[in-house]
This record gives sequence, C-alpha cells and structure tokens, in this order.
Amino acid sequence: MTQHTLSVLVENKPGVLARVAGLFSRRAFNIHSLAVGQTEHPEISRITVVVDVDELPLEQVTKQLNKLVHVLKIVELEREKSVQRDLLLVKVRADARQRADILQIVDLFRAHVVDVATDSLVIEAVGAPEKLEALLAALQAHDVREIVQSGTVAIGRGSRSITERAFERVSA
Amino acid sequence: MAQVKAPKPSALMSPAPASARTQPSAAATRHAGETMTGAQSLIRSLEAAGATDVFGLPGGAILPAYDPLMDSTQLRHILVRHEQGAGHAAQGYAHATGKPGVCIATSGPGATNLVTPIADANMDSIPMVAITGQVAAGAIGTDAFQEADIVGITQPITKHNMLVTDPADIPRAVAEAFYIATHGRPGPVLVDVAKSAMQTQTTFRWPDRIELPGFNSGARPHAKTIQEAARLLATSRRPVLYVGGGVIRSGASAGLRRLVDLSGAAVVTTLMARGALPDSHPQHLGMPGMHGTVPAVASLQKADLVVALGARFDDRVTGKLSSFAPHATIVHADIDPAEIGKNRAVDVPIVGDLKDVFDALVPALQEEHARHGRPDLEAWWAQLDDWRTTYGLGFTPTDDGHSSPQHVIQRLGEIAGPETTFTAGVGQHQMWASQFIKYERPNSWINSGGLGTMGFSVPAAMGAKVGEPDRTVWAIDGDGCFQMTNQELVTCAINEIPIKVAIINNSSLGMVRQWQTLFYNERYSNTDLHTGHGTRRIPDFVKLSESMGCVGLRCETDADVDATIKRAMEIDDQPVVVDFTVSRDAMVWPMVAAGTSNDEIQYARGIAPEWDRGEEE
Repeated sequence: MTQHTLSVLVENKPGVLARVAGLFSRRAFNIHSLAVGQTEHPEISRITVVVDVDELPLEQVTKQLNKLVHVLKIVELEREKSVQRDLLLVKVRADARQRADILQIVDLFRAHVVDVATDSLVIEAVGAPEKLEALLAALQAHDVREIVQSGTVAIGRGSRSITERAFERVSA
Repeated sequence: MAQVKAPKPSALMSPAPASARTQPSAAATRHAGETMTGAQSLIRSLEAAGATDVFGLPGGAILPAYDPLMDSTQLRHILVRHEQGAGHAAQGYAHATGKPGVCIATSGPGATNLVTPIADANMDSIPMVAITGQVAAGAIGTDAFQEADIVGITQPITKHNMLVTDPADIPRAVAEAFYIATHGRPGPVLVDVAKSAMQTQTTFRWPDRIELPGFNSGARPHAKTIQEAARLLATSRRPVLYVGGGVIRSGASAGLRRLVDLSGAAVVTTLMARGALPDSHPQHLGMPGMHGTVPAVASLQKADLVVALGARFDDRVTGKLSSFAPHATIVHADIDPAEIGKNRAVDVPIVGDLKDVFDALVPALQEEHARHGRPDLEAWWAQLDDWRTTYGLGFTPTDDGHSSPQHVIQRLGEIAGPETTFTAGVGQHQMWASQFIKYERPNSWINSGGLGTMGFSVPAAMGAKVGEPDRTVWAIDGDGCFQMTNQELVTCAINEIPIKVAIINNSSLGMVRQWQTLFYNERYSNTDLHTGHGTRRIPDFVKLSESMGCVGLRCETDADVDATIKRAMEIDDQPVVVDFTVSRDAMVWPMVAAGTSNDEIQYARGIAPEWDRGEEE
C-alpha cells in the first residue's frame, strides 16, 4: 500500500468532518492522518487526509467522497508537486546537564524551544513527516515525556489555487 | 451542479395522479410569507414538495406536526402500527409509482425503528424522505427522554440527512430532501426536526432555488464511450445485456427494449430488474445469480461481451468475483460513477441516466450496423437455446405429498396476471416468486434485494396499493417474514387498503433450513416455526388474519390452489390472507453456493450442467 494525500474541500456545515471520516472507516480505508481547518473562504473548509491505500481503491474512495452532498472537490496532492507539513510538540526532561545536548539537536533540525522549565523543555518543530521522525529519533537518547502531532496539511506548489473554482460554485 | 432552478414540485417528480388534490406549487405560493409555527411550515413544505400520501406514527417529539397534519387536505396520512411498516410502505409506494415515498416518525425509538427501511432504501436506490421529530434543540446532547442521534445513526445508510433546529430552515431542508432523494441515483434522505423548531413561529418561505454546490445529479453519457460500446455490440459474437434495477429506477424500459431488439443480444434481468424487459421476450434468458436460471448464468460465464446496465456486480450475481464472466469485455453504464469499477474492472465506462444511455446507444448501434452489417449471432443463440431446452426452470414435487410452493406461486402469477403488482419478503418464497412468476412490465415486482429485509412484503404491498389503488397487489410472503410485520394488515383493514397476501407456509425459516440441509448435515438449528403441516400451528394464520380484519383462507393441497386464488381474487373490499401450507422440503434450484464460481452452478441437487457440450470454442 502507498500513502496518498487528499485535499477535500467541503462546505463548512455541521457534521461534515464526521461524514468524511465515517466514509473512510465504513469503506474499510485506513486514515493515516487527518487535519481540518478554514480556508480563505469562510464557507469552505479544507480537510487534508493522508490515507494508506492502493491506486484502485483510492479511486473508489474518491468517488464515494464525491457523492457526499457537502463535498465540493477532491484533489490528490502528489508529494513532489506540493508542500506537506506536520507540526510536532515534544516535551523532554532536561536538567542542566542534558540541556546543551538537546538544544544542539533543536538547532540541527531548525526546531524551536517554546517552553522552558527548570527540568524540562517543550520543542516545536514543523516539517515534512520524515524530518519530524528523524528529530524524534535523535531525541530518543533523552527522556521524552510527551509527544503531540498534528495531521499533515498540504498545499500545491505554483500559482494555481484549488479553492478558487470550488468557491465560485458555492458563491455563484 | 452549481445551482438548480426553483424546486417546482412538478420538476421534482412525475405529476400526481389526477385528483382533486391541491396543486403543490399553488400550495407553496398561497402560503408564501405567511407567519405560522414550524410544525405548520413542515406540513406546508411536504405539500409544496408534492407529497400526497405519507405513512407514519406520532409520538412526543413529532406531535406538533401532527396537529396541522390533521387539517391538510392534500396529505393523506396512514397510521401504521410500527414505524418499520411506515418505512417499507413508503418504499413500496415509491417503487410502484416512481414518486418519492414519505414516512414520519417521532424521536428515539420511533426514529430507530425506521433504520431498517432506510438501509433497505439505500441499498436498493429507492427515493424516500423520512421525517423524524427530535427532542427540543436545547435538550439535544443531554440524553433527554426519547433522544437518539438519528442523524448520526443513519449517516452511513442515507444518501443525505440533516438536523433542523431553526424553523426558518424547514422549507429549504424539505425541498432539498425531496430533490436529493429523486435526482441522480435515488435514495433515502432523512430530515430530523427539533420539537422546539416546530413550536416556534416562523415565516413560511418555499425556496425558489435549491443550492447544492456539492451535489451531482449525474453526467450525460460520453459520446466516445457510447461509440465504443456500440462498436463492441456490433462486433461481439456472444453478447449479453446484464440488466439491473437501475433500468427500472430510471424508467428506461422502453429504451432497453429498443436496444435489445436492435442488438439481438441475450438479456438477463437481475432480482432488482425483473420486469424491466418482458419475460415473454424471446431474447430474455431470465435471472442471473445464485438462484438464476442456468441459461442466464451460463450466458454470462461464456459471454465475450457483457453490457451491464444499471447493475452493480453484486456478489449474489457474480458468485466468486474472480471467475465471473471470465472471457468478457465489460461495458458498464450507471448513473453512479462510484459503481463503475467498484467490483469488476470495466473496459468501457459510461456514466449517465440509462434513458440517456439508450437514447445515445441505439442510434450509435444503428450506425455501426449500417457501416458493418449486423453481427452473426446464430451460433451463440444455438448454444443459448440448447441450454434453455435442456435446463429450463422447473421443479419436482417433494416426497411428503404436500403442496409444492413453486406450483402455488406459479399459479398465482398465471391467475393474477401481469397487471398485478407482486411484493415479496426475503427467502425461498422470494426466489420462487422471482423465478416462477412471469413479469411483463416494470415495477410489477417489488422486493428487498440488497439488504434482504425479512418482513418487507406486507408493508411494501400496503404502500404499493396506496400508490396504485386500482391495481391488484399480492404480497407473497413466508411464514417467517409474515410474523415480523403482519400487524400492518390492521392498518390495511382499517384504512381500506385491500391487499392480498399469500403466505407460502413451509413451517420454517425456509432458506436457512435449505442451507442447513445442504451445508450443515441436516442439523436444523432454530429454523422450525411450528406453523405448518403436523404442527400446533402457532399462530394460526387464518385466525390471526381474521382478528386483524382480513379474510383468512387456507389451502393445503395442490388441488385447491386454483380455486383458493380465484376466491381471493374475488374479494376486493377487504385484505385477504391465504395460508398456503406447503412442503417444507422444497428447495430453491438452480443454485450457486455462496463464495463459489458461477461455473459450479447446480441445476438441481447434485446435478451440474455439462458446460462445454456442443460449444464450438
């Protein structure tokens, strides 16, 4: 199975996330990650779904999604032609002895420290999933207390906008 | 579809039968801008959407709507005895008339009782609008009395659903529900209305536009794929048209007939499509699938071209999918693009309403014929006719000397005739009814195909009779099915809906028993119902029916079958129930065992057709 990133533009209506998520589970598709938020048009929300699925079932799930009344548009974003980012927050135990070492890792990954306590740090990192995995691997030697990750959000490279035409349909 | 024009009821559905009922559009205009309660707005909206008959049962949360309902001159409300009956009645109504069926229930248990019919309508693409009451908006989410998240519950089994908490949204919600239910691939839509919305004052405004930017009501068939399909039909040597329920839903039987006559291809009609092409048509091989005819099943297995028309390659048709129609190029035409390629890879996909498909395909095929001549199908028909002669549908009476269920059903079909509408439950009686009755017109056969809902027959017959009061409606039912929903006979008796019920009483859950006979060493675990020969007959179906205001008849021998059917046909002012007590050992043949290849079809127990006899390949 391969990973695919789908951008699903939906009308901003109650329950729409449940409808989309429910369709994946009902048709036995595995969601790897899911992120939802507003777009430049308040009537339209954008759901980014990363799904583990082969080419043929992907076509089927896309067709089924298209049947949902509140789904406006579905676009698959290919890895090379899009920017894909996750957000990661990690809480690490860090006393005076370990701190320097951890800060070096933070620097190497161009991450940030967003909270400092006497015995811990919270690190914020943004990046492609592979980069974040590498950061976590580097932190393995330390006492990681808590990890929280967002779903992937993705946007196509270049000037084309996928929301433009969907918005025309909603506001026409 | 960006926008659609005003949801004029006339555009939403076929015109209502000529009657003195208020024109829906007039009703909508008359009340435009009027101040009223949400409940009144709901009833006005149903009228504006063109509904004339609704099936339901009141309760706390829907109670406000039942008050203005009493004053409606357009809406006939039929009070059922169980909400499941309301749902199946709405299905039967929609099935028989092509208009959307409407059912109404209260919150909580009322709404959950609609779940089975909603799922059934979703599987069989039946246009249906379900209206449910919901607890007051402020109480939603508090586990209030009779609260159930019916929108959440029915999300996977509706085409669309919505919760309305603002009374101003009621007309739009109802208009959208009727539009969505009837456009594109039909299906059920549920509108859940909070009691508080019904009790609040609002201004009634029927929307003049429906705005559903994300809703696709279907594409026009693509000229290129139509041409390719025509070319294949003109050049293949062993073509089969695999006709599904979509042809019935689309009302495309006339178009199908033209394609059949022009192409010369063999035709099979699935369980959902019985009647789409008259059974008397010489190119009709019968039903394919698990209990299909040998010629129908064999034709698909040996075809070099299968043209699927509004069919969905269901497992009961294909058998083991990987060995289904192994030599065939597949053309698949359907209004729902998601059906194409879902189960079987397709060579030529055509998305569109089947009426449009036939309108395009017939002239395209005529052109192909003009250019290249008609294909030579003589060898194919020699083969098909050979199968038809050798493996025609039939049955052998059982050893116990009791009446044969197949004989009862066959005679029922012959005596009642092709203008009758037949409904069925699910099981052996359903399969025999699909095999041994000759269907000559679309919508004359109404059954639960996809979901396989036992108990469908009686309430569906009620709905069909309400939709077409002048037609004879026979519910063919099993003794198991009948015990699930027979209480709607009370509804029929009280509301003067004189349906006829034939209980094919084999004193058991017959289809399960058949599988126990074949696959579980004749160990009959929990399939004996004690209603037939040599039992205490609990319940006694004749007495039960009489107690519900019906005429109850019993027929126990082959000799009495004709006379009993004729007697039942003579009674027209009351529902009639006939308890046909039959042999419990009769089995449905032919049969492709579940999960096996269609090539393994058995004509009768232990008898498999000789496949390659006389074949030229």
